[in-house]
Amino acid sequence: MTEVLHELLRGSLDHCVKCTICETACPVSNVTPLFPGPKYVGPQAERYRVDDEPAVEWSVDYCSGCGICTQVCPQGVKIAEINALARHKVKQQRGVPLRDRLIARPTVLGRLGTPVARLANASLRSRPLRAGIERAIGVHRHAPVPKLAGRTFRSWARRHQSPPRVRRVVYFHGCGTEYYEPDIGEKTVAVLEHNGFQVEIPKQGCCGLPLQSNGLFDDARKYVLRLARALAPRARDGALIVGNATSCTLMLKREAREILGLADDPDLKLVSERTYDVCELLLELHDRGELKTEMRPVEETVAYHAPCQQQGHWIGKPALDLLALVPGLEVQELDARCCGIAGTYGLKRDKYEIAMAVGADLFRQIRDSRAGLVACDSETCRWQIEHATRLPSAHPIELLHRAYGL
Amino acid sequence: MRPTLHYDAVVVGAGVAGLTAAARLAEGGAKVCVLAKGVGSTHLAAGTVDVLGYDPERVESPAEALPELVAARPDHPYALVGVDAIGAALGWFAERVERGPQPGYRYVGNLDRNQLLPTAVGAARPSALVPETMAAGDLRAAEPVCAVGLRPLREFHASLCAANIARSGVEARAVEVPLDADRPDENALAIARRFEDPAVRRAFADRLASHLREGERVALPAVLGVRDPHAAWSELESRLGRRVFEIPTLPPSVPGIRVFDALRAAVRAAGGRIVMGAEVVGADRDGDRVTALRAHTAGRATTYGARWVVLATGGFASGALTLGSDWVVRERVLGLPVRGVPGAGEPRFGPDYFGDQPLARAGIAVDSAQRAEGLENVLVAGAALPGAEPWREGSGEGISLASGHRAAELVRAEEGLAAAA
Repeated sequence: MTEVLHELLRGSLDHCVKCTICETACPVSNVTPLFPGPKYVGPQAERYRVDDEPAVEWSVDYCSGCGICTQVCPQGVKIAEINALARHKVKQQRGVPLRDRLIARPTVLGRLGTPVARLANASLRSRPLRAGIERAIGVHRHAPVPKLAGRTFRSWARRHQSPPRVRRVVYFHGCGTEYYEPDIGEKTVAVLEHNGFQVEIPKQGCCGLPLQSNGLFDDARKYVLRLARALAPRARDGALIVGNATSCTLMLKREAREILGLADDPDLKLVSERTYDVCELLLELHDRGELKTEMRPVEETVAYHAPCQQQGHWIGKPALDLLALVPGLEVQELDARCCGIAGTYGLKRDKYEIAMAVGADLFRQIRDSRAGLVACDSETCRWQIEHATRLPSAHPIELLHRAYGL
Repeated sequence: MRPTLHYDAVVVGAGVAGLTAAARLAEGGAKVCVLAKGVGSTHLAAGTVDVLGYDPERVESPAEALPELVAARPDHPYALVGVDAIGAALGWFAERVERGPQPGYRYVGNLDRNQLLPTAVGAARPSALVPETMAAGDLRAAEPVCAVGLRPLREFHASLCAANIARSGVEARAVEVPLDADRPDENALAIARRFEDPAVRRAFADRLASHLREGERVALPAVLGVRDPHAAWSELESRLGRRVFEIPTLPPSVPGIRVFDALRAAVRAAGGRIVMGAEVVGADRDGDRVTALRAHTAGRATTYGARWVVLATGGFASGALTLGSDWVVRERVLGLPVRGVPGAGEPRFGPDYFGDQPLARAGIAVDSAQRAEGLENVLVAGAALPGAEPWREGSGEGISLASGHRAAELVRAEEGLAAAA
């Protein structure tokens, strides 16, 4: 942990004026008394956390790490980051259960599962087996687990030749694309190429976000630095890095540096400065008049949910501006805050009910919207939304892909 | 490649002044983006529109008192914006709330006569424009008050409130009604979310009805829903067969959150963008114009090109102004010159916390068109303007609404944008 950074996070709590704005926005404390709220466990309880003494306040384990508190704080207090460090300390003290060690490693699960995808998918949809898994390791029997695609994005990318162009981007696809939704990766590449980018896809691994949110900081550091080493050489040559997995790009941009104390790593710093959420990049392209806007009509009503981690980029909702370019498409902006899943939080036996209660407001808005499809930038949120509403969900880039007729 | 976004106007701050300016500009067809470090003061305010409550005695009619104030205090924000702009801004606001996301919810009142509403401790507070859900609290009416405390809400003490209302000459008493709560204390927002549920309202009305006496009006802490307060309030009035009114509580303020939701919806409906978390950290200038603002984006700064900038960043409370240990007041966003700072040897602070605090009148130095000193295209609105002490005057929302609205009108006039929407 870089001392300076730790001090910056911890020092920010002196700016807390106890205005409660974070508490109005916290999705978790609004549905369960088990989590007393970001202000309480953050700026207030932090004063009782002493470096070499054991943690005395354990409710921070119920924080889902969505980061909304930091985003709405008008005084710049790094509430979510302070709480992530506190959660890490609690986890260190109590030990991290096997379940959390497993679900925090999507690359391991993906690699093991992909060759036997059909069997794995069937097993994870078998009720008795899920009940057994719940009893054995504590993954809730109803929690949404995605379907393995049975092929990797990498296997497509290896064969794919991106036409040479002056403008190059590096595509960071993340584990969700790699093992579960390779088609979204292919569409992202197609949309980027259609808009004049040459897309490079270097070999890459997990960003370490699930490890970090489960309190496994040492492993998370290893993962994210390995990824930074893979991406940095391209960034050094001037390429931008672009990703569709919005929580993973946020990890690269900000969270790893702030929460894991890696602010000074030169590779990560470079990668952090040059990483873009795909919609962020395309909107900037559009603003310069360089985004292709010849599109075919998509006659559909879509509800759009901006996930918490997407909001943590501090870029507004660029997907809305992009989707507004699609003729025929009616987009309804949802303003409910969170779907509840928060990466791996809602998978856990002790958190599933909370996660579903957190998302209830969003699910109700989705049903009221009468939309046939929910657009959302984060894969785990899409899986949660599909699980709770039985409606299909898509990354905004998929709608652009359709509109371009690619 | 370093991409930049371009806007006709970038508004800094998501409080009442910023959201008003942004909505109004977007309604005129401008491409608008709001950049905000976080949520503004709406969540901490009462949700009423206080225009002028004290000058220094209690004001009965803002319409009558404002011309005198403007004449006597040429440094006051109201002198800057002009009395006419206040009425126009209030009218605009009331309309946007009516069109807003809370069905049927509206504001009542005007500049001719202040309403006298009880605060959470039962003091009388003059306000020009108030939510319909508060209007029946006017203490100039003689009807006795039954103040209702809700068991898990520790921030509203009905007996204290009632005792103080009684001191102002209106008969008042208190009752406590327990709500089924799953925790020992809950804030107003948590309870308000539960009051969205008709079953909760029905059970509560049943429980309360037997406590009430003939001819009493019912005072509740402001917990009657965030999304649909009109439905909650009218249902309680009809079930209880009497006037019901809300009293704003300590933060988080439910009626304040409704104001934020309504103004945000107005910005979005007109096509404006809102970027939360994006703290503005610098600007690019070309002579006496700001050409772009640099704001924090995760990992880097993003530049937002702007033909116009509206600074609605607030004052000391939001951190937009700071007082250094060297006794220098600094404007932190763009480093602009400030005005209204007491000179050497003059008193900066007074001994009475809620009394005269000269330093609090500091703000960004502006000309008569709200332009920041030395900058052609930067306008200032809201608590960032110098010359007012809103908590003493009861003028905070009035200043924010009127100056935010007028800033947009000034830009629209310069740009030749559509006059009225």
